[in-house]
Amino acid sequence: MSRRRVRKVGNAVALLLSAVATLIGLACLGAILWTLISRGVSGLSIALFTQMTPPPGSQGGLLNAIYGSVVMTVVGILIGAPVGILAGTYLAEYGSASRLSSIVRFVNDVLLSAPSIIVGLFVYEVLVLRMGHFSAIAGAVALAIIAIPVTVRTTEDMLRLVPQGMKDASTALGAYPWRTITSIAYPAARSGIVTGLLLAVARVSGETAPLLFTALNNQFWSKDLGAPMANLPVVIFQFALSPYKDWQQLAWSGALLITFAILVLSVIARLIVSALPGGKARR
Amino acid sequence: MSATASARTAPAHGATQVLPPKFVARDLNFYYGETRALTDINLSFADRSITALIGPSGCGKSTLLRVFNRMYALYPGHRATGEVRLDGENILAPTVDVASLRYRVGMVFQKPTPFPMTIFDNVAFGLRLAQRMPRARAAERVEAALRDAAMWDEVKDKLGEDARSLSGGQQQRLCIARTIAVQPEVMLFDEPTAALDPISTLRIEEMLQTLREKYCIIIVTHNLQQAARVSNVTGFMYMGELVEIGPTGQIFTSPRNRRTDDYVTGRFG
Repeated sequence: MSRRRVRKVGNAVALLLSAVATLIGLACLGAILWTLISRGVSGLSIALFTQMTPPPGSQGGLLNAIYGSVVMTVVGILIGAPVGILAGTYLAEYGSASRLSSIVRFVNDVLLSAPSIIVGLFVYEVLVLRMGHFSAIAGAVALAIIAIPVTVRTTEDMLRLVPQGMKDASTALGAYPWRTITSIAYPAARSGIVTGLLLAVARVSGETAPLLFTALNNQFWSKDLGAPMANLPVVIFQFALSPYKDWQQLAWSGALLITFAILVLSVIARLIVSALPGGKARR
Repeated sequence: MSATASARTAPAHGATQVLPPKFVARDLNFYYGETRALTDINLSFADRSITALIGPSGCGKSTLLRVFNRMYALYPGHRATGEVRLDGENILAPTVDVASLRYRVGMVFQKPTPFPMTIFDNVAFGLRLAQRMPRARAAERVEAALRDAAMWDEVKDKLGEDARSLSGGQQQRLCIARTIAVQPEVMLFDEPTAALDPISTLRIEEMLQTLREKYCIIIVTHNLQQAARVSNVTGFMYMGELVEIGPTGQIFTSPRNRRTDDYVTGRFG
């Protein structure tokens, strides 16, 4: 075979392998979605959004779990976002070349891929044991710790995309760095940073392991951040493992719900990103 | 080498008043870490006149410009020795407040850099940094600056629009208006038309002629014709040294230095 022919065949083989790999990946995803939809849809009803998690054998919904998930995610992001954004700002603007920054960046990358169960154990040790009981606030803290590295990374990346010339122009007008960051860099990077936050919400809202050790679960309606609180992931975990048919159905519906919510968040994030380069600029 | 610019404006441009130099550099050396980028620069800039700095890429002309508003201080390892006096005060002294210095010495960059805000807020940005002022007062200053930048009529009806929706040439004039609004004493231009089309370039050159009546202007340019058209005084730099500086007409027609002659006649660069 000529050299040319060998290359052609090599190319064809590589193309085939990558196409097959892509199909396998897509097929898995499709199967998961299909199972979720086919099993979950039948459980969708008004009751799902208006009633509490029931004892086995009686009617009920997921209202307390949905509420708990939303509350803990929101509180978690409220704690995590400022820390993440400010740390990302330090990395991108103040200490971009410093030794501390490269260490922080490395640690952040480690944290980014750390198993979430470790975060759960950490908060259990630091908060739950000291408070003496599980609580929603401990859950929110665990979620914040998971949200922080994502936010740090996206904030830094987005601030770095802001043209240096724009920041220099602000400096040349007599602005100190903090003024340049708040008035120029943040607005220029706003859509990117918001997208990062949305992705952090998506990441955090499906976490189960950290909540098992912190917020645990609650059969009843609770608004008390100092007490255990129901949440979708842990409810799904418990109900899916139960032997009761109606609980299993609720678990499927909850899983469908959470997947759909994350899907919507991701789509919104993507829409924002696609509108990104240059923001509203024409050129 | 201690060529000193004549404080007299070139006859070709009319006025021949004598003013004390606005900016004076003495034995100025500049280092990027270990590398010396400027060597023993001695020169002075007259008020109300335009000085052009020309020379091949990497000759240090932009570096020199960035010393005058201490932009280099942003980067670790960049340092300047010697002295640069603005109205007699050494701006390289560590006690100098760089923000106040930059209110007095404005800078316009090569690429237009509109801020992500409205046209009005772009022009008012520097104003609000320098001092608190009521909105009505700020509006007056913004209008005056936009008039000076010869773009008031183009934008007066859309001051609330995003500045990034302007064309490239308009964006650059907006950046100049933004600098004017602060009412600096010196304006530094770092190749202000290099990214623009000929029409926009022409408008900015015309504007420079007007601005010359009020400011000490220093412009770095790659475009020799531009230097010849707009400046009163031209300095030729090469390899980090100021080779020759003098009235623009003289630099372009009968330079004293051989290298200047070679450069302005296009034999290298």
